[in-house]
Amino acid sequence: MKRLPIATLATRSLIAAFTLGWTLLLSAVDRDYGLSPVKIAEDTWVLTGRSEDFSFSNGGNIVNTAFIVTRDGVVVIDSGPSRLYGEQLRRSIARLTDKPVRLVLNTHHHPDHFLGNQAFPAGTLAALPATINGIHDEGGSLNENMYRLAGDWMAGTDPVTPGRALAAGPLEIGDHRFELIALDGHTDADLAVLDRSTGVLFAGDLVFNDRAPTTPHARLPRWQAALDQLEKTGFRTLVPGHGPVASDAGPIRQTRAWLAWLDQTLRRAADDGFDMTEVLAITPPAEFRRLAVVEAEYRRSVGQLYPAYEQRALSKEAGRP
Amino acid sequence: MKIPAIAAVLLACACSLGQAAAPAERRTDPLRSDPLDSPRWADMRKEMFPAGARVVFDERVRVTAPLTAENAMNVPVSVDAGALGEVQEILVFADFNPIVRIVRFEPAGAYPGLGFRIKLQQSTPVRAAARTADGSWHVGGAWVNTAGGGCTLPSTGSSSPEWQKRLGEVSSRVWERKEGGERVRLRIIHPIDTGLAAGIPAFFLQDLLLADSTGRPLMRIEGFEPIAENPVFTVDIPAGRTAAGYRVSGRDNNGNAISAVIEK
Repeated sequence: MKRLPIATLATRSLIAAFTLGWTLLLSAVDRDYGLSPVKIAEDTWVLTGRSEDFSFSNGGNIVNTAFIVTRDGVVVIDSGPSRLYGEQLRRSIARLTDKPVRLVLNTHHHPDHFLGNQAFPAGTLAALPATINGIHDEGGSLNENMYRLAGDWMAGTDPVTPGRALAAGPLEIGDHRFELIALDGHTDADLAVLDRSTGVLFAGDLVFNDRAPTTPHARLPRWQAALDQLEKTGFRTLVPGHGPVASDAGPIRQTRAWLAWLDQTLRRAADDGFDMTEVLAITPPAEFRRLAVVEAEYRRSVGQLYPAYEQRALSKEAGRP
Repeated sequence: MKIPAIAAVLLACACSLGQAAAPAERRTDPLRSDPLDSPRWADMRKEMFPAGARVVFDERVRVTAPLTAENAMNVPVSVDAGALGEVQEILVFADFNPIVRIVRFEPAGAYPGLGFRIKLQQSTPVRAAARTADGSWHVGGAWVNTAGGGCTLPSTGSSSPEWQKRLGEVSSRVWERKEGGERVRLRIIHPIDTGLAAGIPAFFLQDLLLADSTGRPLMRIEGFEPIAENPVFTVDIPAGRTAAGYRVSGRDNNGNAISAVIEK
């Protein structure tokens, strides 16, 4: 999840000045994400974030992270939105096992999924190649933007780019047989992880559950194709990137229905000559009202995606009637 | 119980006085009646309008923009002054933008409204002032909240050689409107730099003319720096002024020409 990075020179220097202040403040005020891992399968724990936007009150904890305690060490899936989150995640793990963290996977390059990397040994960090590039290129501006959205929860956070590039395919760690599934559509690289030993599918942000999907780097047709593929994996338990854990494909279908509606609505609006302010005035239909923050995400998606639909409708190659 | 009763009577008097005075004040003292309650309004009043001009806040001038704009580089705004009847010109400005003026347009035959996108540096009122034939200015507006920064960032075009090949390229389309008349939408390839990003000079669309195929003008648009990159404009043409085709012509502040036929 990401918002467009916008930082002026002024905010950059403000951030620099305040970082020191926040760091000092942190020693006095102990901010606590209240992380409580829930066991969802053998060896497998999930930490469910809130179905909200980033805010000063949630400190960016709107994301699901997870860990699997294998015989050979712990595999962590996503490190959370801040250094503080990463540190508290690591302490939560240490309360449940004395095994070392062996591997930290960043499912994609949105800030709530990798800004906790600092809390883990650099040698454990791994991601798909395009995710590594994304963190390397955009990590700084994504981090600055998170300071603006989550405030002093971000104290001391710096982006850390994973050093180890992952490839799709089987990965055996200890007594767990993982399948790394390389997809895209939510971003240019979206890693899903199927633990064949437990049947748990960690879908990253390809799947949202009862929370409207975010789309700053989305390509909707690719994303829909990725969802089709995930549905065929034969999982028993589904861990979405945002929203509650499920035991069926409901969240996959819900995410696909939203993306299909969004795609169709924006295409029709562009073909009918809607100005962007008119597209913003459209209300998502009742079936999507149960999705948290649906109005706000719809407005963001229009801003992010409508210009491309518009351009297609205005260009000569559009194949007009 | 006496004192509260007296206070209530006094309050009631004060309120009714306030109400009675309000409509007159709205006309004569716009400084104190800005519906958007902006501390910059007094300056705007001085900078944007000739001294002595009649300036009134008027709900018939509608500005539609998102209350919260996610992307300060590309904030959609549409202005509709159709309820005023005939309008000579409309000036759009944002109180807190480092470059206040955004766009000025003359609906010479087109519907007195325009859709476009802008760059904002911070949260601000976005206002449209429509001048009617009697010389008075009717001001409407909306607050837009944004994290900002849109004016001091370089355009994405400025770092890519792509736009140099396509500069001034126009894509467009015409729709029939259910309510009668037609809608013209057009997009122009132009990086539009404000001049506020270090080392990148101001580069923006200065003049655009939308005319019908016989050359009769429909809309003149004078652009300023805060218009968003690769600008998109939405113009409505009333039923009486539709034509077999349209054309757009103009130039940017560096003298690059824009010229395109808008086919139906």
